[in-house]
Amino acid sequence: MAAYRCGLYLALILILSRIVHPGIADTLEKANDTTGEKQSASDAPRDNADARSVDLNERQWQKTDVEPYTGDDPQNTPSVRPAKDQFEEELVIRPLHSGDIYASFQFRTLWDVDFQQEGQKTSHYRLFPKSLGQVLSKFSVRELHISFTQGYWRTMQWGQPFIASPPGAELWVWFHHTVTDVDGNWRELTNVLSGIFCASLNFIDLTNTVQPSASFKPLGLGNATDHSFLRYATLPREIVCTENLTPWKKLLPCGSKAGLAVLMKSEKLFHSSFHSQAVHIRPVCQDEQCTSKAWELRQTLNVVFDLYTSGQGKKEWSMFKMFSRTLTEACPLASSSKVYVDITDNPEGELFELSPVTALLSQAVVLGDRRTYSVYDLTRAETFGQLRSLNLLLRWKGESGDMLRPLLHAERYVSGFGLQTGEIHTVIYNNHPFRAFPVLLMDSVPWYLQLYIHTLTVTSKSRENKPSYIHYQPAKDRHRPHLLEMLIQLPPHSMTEITVQFDRALLKWTEYTPDPNHGFYVGSSVVSALVPSMVAMNTNFTLDQPLFSSFVPVKEESSYFMRVYTEPLLVNLPTPDFSMPYNVICLTCTVVAVGYGSFYNLLTRTFQVDEPSPPLAKRLANLIRRIRGVPLLT
Amino acid sequence: MGLLSDPNRRKALTNLLTRLNTPICVVCYLAAIVWFMGLAFEPFTLRTYMSENAMGSTMVEERFSAGERALAAAKEFNAHKRKADGMPVEWLVKAMQARGLEVFTQSFFQKLPFPDENKERYMVRGTNVYGILRAPRAPRTEALVISAPCTPGGTNNQAVGILLGLAQYFRNQVYWAKDIIFLVNEHDLIGMQAWLEGYHHTNITGMEYSPLQGRAGSIQAALSLELSSDVITSLDLVLEGLNGQLPNLDLANLFYAFCQKLNVLCTIQGKLQRNDWDSAEGYTHAAQTMMLMVLKQASGRSWGDHGLFLRYHIEAASIRGINSFRHYKMDATTIGRLLEGMVRKLNNLLERLHQSYFFYLLPSLSRFVSIGYYMPAFGLLAVILLLRALDLWVHLGAPVLSEVDGVSEAEQPSSPGVLSVLTPVVISHLTGVALYILPVYLQDMAVEHFPVSETEAVVLTALAIYTAGLALPHNTQRLLSGEGTEQGWKVLKLTSLLYLAVLLGCTALINFSLGFILAVTLVPVTASITPHMLKSVSALAMVLLSPAFTIFYCVLIYQELMEAPVSLPEGLTIFLSVISQGILDHALYGSLVYPLLALFVYPCWLMFWNILFWK
Repeated sequence: MAAYRCGLYLALILILSRIVHPGIADTLEKANDTTGEKQSASDAPRDNADARSVDLNERQWQKTDVEPYTGDDPQNTPSVRPAKDQFEEELVIRPLHSGDIYASFQFRTLWDVDFQQEGQKTSHYRLFPKSLGQVLSKFSVRELHISFTQGYWRTMQWGQPFIASPPGAELWVWFHHTVTDVDGNWRELTNVLSGIFCASLNFIDLTNTVQPSASFKPLGLGNATDHSFLRYATLPREIVCTENLTPWKKLLPCGSKAGLAVLMKSEKLFHSSFHSQAVHIRPVCQDEQCTSKAWELRQTLNVVFDLYTSGQGKKEWSMFKMFSRTLTEACPLASSSKVYVDITDNPEGELFELSPVTALLSQAVVLGDRRTYSVYDLTRAETFGQLRSLNLLLRWKGESGDMLRPLLHAERYVSGFGLQTGEIHTVIYNNHPFRAFPVLLMDSVPWYLQLYIHTLTVTSKSRENKPSYIHYQPAKDRHRPHLLEMLIQLPPHSMTEITVQFDRALLKWTEYTPDPNHGFYVGSSVVSALVPSMVAMNTNFTLDQPLFSSFVPVKEESSYFMRVYTEPLLVNLPTPDFSMPYNVICLTCTVVAVGYGSFYNLLTRTFQVDEPSPPLAKRLANLIRRIRGVPLLT
Repeated sequence: MGLLSDPNRRKALTNLLTRLNTPICVVCYLAAIVWFMGLAFEPFTLRTYMSENAMGSTMVEERFSAGERALAAAKEFNAHKRKADGMPVEWLVKAMQARGLEVFTQSFFQKLPFPDENKERYMVRGTNVYGILRAPRAPRTEALVISAPCTPGGTNNQAVGILLGLAQYFRNQVYWAKDIIFLVNEHDLIGMQAWLEGYHHTNITGMEYSPLQGRAGSIQAALSLELSSDVITSLDLVLEGLNGQLPNLDLANLFYAFCQKLNVLCTIQGKLQRNDWDSAEGYTHAAQTMMLMVLKQASGRSWGDHGLFLRYHIEAASIRGINSFRHYKMDATTIGRLLEGMVRKLNNLLERLHQSYFFYLLPSLSRFVSIGYYMPAFGLLAVILLLRALDLWVHLGAPVLSEVDGVSEAEQPSSPGVLSVLTPVVISHLTGVALYILPVYLQDMAVEHFPVSETEAVVLTALAIYTAGLALPHNTQRLLSGEGTEQGWKVLKLTSLLYLAVLLGCTALINFSLGFILAVTLVPVTASITPHMLKSVSALAMVLLSPAFTIFYCVLIYQELMEAPVSLPEGLTIFLSVISQGILDHALYGSLVYPLLALFVYPCWLMFWNILFWK
């Protein structure tokens, strides 16, 4: 009875406090959020109540959005201007050449604060996730890019992705130039991120971290050139799954409760040919004049669905089929929320049939190509139609085509056999019919493959192609990997082959992984290039561009920036047999050693004829004689 | 060690060894033969078991049901093959593309050193077609290969049909963790060699091939399929690869496990398993099966398309469908299911197959003899050589042995003979080099002067040089200054014995069967040979136990075991073709048996021949 009363009382207080202090409720809600996912899934009856409280919350959100800046913290910001935290979301659906479906989500949160310049502490967070904001300020991060990818992007069948990423995990960070101990910050940062994203980023250490000199330039404001503040690492072995997706979704202002993020059900997202999720944080301009800075957080998620396996032969899909959800609303916090469907290859509807039809069309220049999109604006009620839900439907008519010939394409493999030596081949294709362009190739190879850099050859069209810039940092055993960067001019319509030979090191027995016979991974090499564009690129950076076309700022009209990752390598190292025969070998070696010792002893010893020792009686007699001082018996 | 450091006891030991040398050697030889024959006796062997955890307990469910469709594809393939008179490349590319694979082709060209009369080919030009099924969410680091050869005539169409059927079925599944490569290779082993060299970007045999466009990382395992009829009665597993290499035993275990599960009759060396091991027939059957494996392994040939994978550390086996007159038949669906199960289990692998044995003999599919059991048989033979060497050593040191241990003194008696020992060694090896190089090199000249074909020319030249080598010792002696001494031949024999022991020991480590067969024939004569024996009888014995005759006996025994006994003239024809195949295998795939015999074993045998005719 007492307990019941107590509970009632508590509930009352809670309700009261919600009404009185919206802020507290807010933090409570946030705290709930971290564990709320499972709860809401498990007990359905509570859903209604939850929905109501969310509803309540939204209104409050809007309130807090407006109120604080008018009077709340004028003492914090000396220049009084309204902060414009902003959130946008969009989904691009591109029917691929091979008949697969490419779905790319992009979420952008703009955080209107510049804590690094004024050295002040920021403790108030609105749309920007607090966990990341704290990381940024604690470790003086200037720019942070992290991606988790499961699968390999098939350029030959799918064309180019909006943002490329290598299989496994990739992390690159530019630190602020005031940081003194970059390596220390990097180590701590990877550990913290490992906790935030529930990934094994803590395996990043000095043995797989490099400082590329040219391949990774900051994408945000400021043109830092001192690459001692840059750290780059990949974990090609990292497996990406639900436990990485959940923390990633929690960084969104609406979580996965509303907006486009409701589509992200892991059982569907991981039932695909390719899955990649990423977080990019960088400083950007607030406006066109660039008077003040803001932090931009871009969360992207790219999935390719395989029509073949999921469709049971029928070439037709809908949003419900892909995600097992339909869209019913935009995220209320989003200033823009749109779904784009690429209809460039389908002007007369001969390739596929799209329904419902929308009148809104948009054109954007992406990756050197002008594309046309059907746009569904989720902030407008008429998008959802009578059923109050948007379920895009696409019916294929055409056949899946042959393989593509993308302008830039790279692949890599290990040649040779045996466990002593090998050769890494990197092949880069330039399929442009008449234009040559330079590419930056970056290779980071673990120390246990001992590269022979004098065997490095670069050949295009069976002629030697001398790189105009080579940056090579040799590995130190157990301390740092090889880093090889080269600027190579690719002749038009050519195949360039880069080979380098290596020795396989014999590791110490504790350095082997638990599954040594699986092999050891070598991360993807990175090809960065300015590729000649087919159409004039848009150089003026305005905010009303779609998100997917505005990630990498374009400096000139005639070419666009592109990054291509090769496949990672799996290399077998000489491995001792760790099972019983290994013990047998140890035993045999011991026996041999003992045998050898005895033989050596035998061969080097000098033999003397030993006199037989006198019998006991004689010895006793001698002892007595010695005491008496009489001559001894012989 | 105390035994040896005491001069008196050491003397007693050496006395014992020299006095009883011959009886001990005879006992060792007999023991070796008995041991070896005992290996096939079931109570002495171990039952096979799956060592790899990833393939053990997790049973998969087979759902492949498109056997009829696969056979229809096989018919279509046959029609197009006949129309194209060779590999129907375009049709195959289309068929694979329609099944959702990434398809690539590779063309190759190989000129044989001399025409191959067995397969009637000389200038080989062909195309391999392969399709890669990309595993979802896999980063292209690991792959499995399923291959089927495209052979001329009406054979092997069903293998290609099942390959296509499996491709279609596999494409619709979501559980793949490794890419799967479906390969149809033309000109059997030559095409396979071209593809493997292209995939690994090596060139061992000087073949011309176009580089591969699509790859899928490191290949973990491969299965090769040979199937020529719509229904089969049993499946035969072929394991013997190039240079006597064998795949990991777990691959055989996997095949056996699925045959058991699906109630498919399975054989090895074409022999069914028998349950009556305690009867004489049961034992003979197991011994025959094992002997067949030993003979095949000793040949160093690749007995199926899988054999070339082993060089690249890829575990591979061939599965061959056999249609005999039994009543119980299986359709294509069952074979498809069996393959599906095997591939799915291989797909589950976390590491390369490495848990089980790489060195083994199989008296039946469910029993195996591991290296620890069969090596003593060879060891007993090798001990004979060492004992004889010890005996000679003691005899050589005998006059001075009474003073102290004979390490420094042993030099003294042998020093006058250095030249007389070195000359036969060098001349024998030069003969070996001639035997290795000349047959292929001189074929044009031989064809000009004699009415024979190129192949015959090569083989007959080889035999001629081999025979000519026998005449050498007489001339060798004349080259030398003066008479050969008693010490001389002893030193030469000591050297030759140790040489042979090392040679056979190394061979047996790599290819036990070859080492054992050579040891069985070479050890008795080489151990007993002296110049004081009756020349004609011992010369005949030596020739009859020379390497060439060993090959001849092997051919006869093999034919006998395959239940296709041949008469002597027929055996001779097969013998000649075996030699030409051996030379071709060396030139085309890098088999090492021919160079080993020509460059080392034959010269070693010639050294003993020299001793017999020592003057």
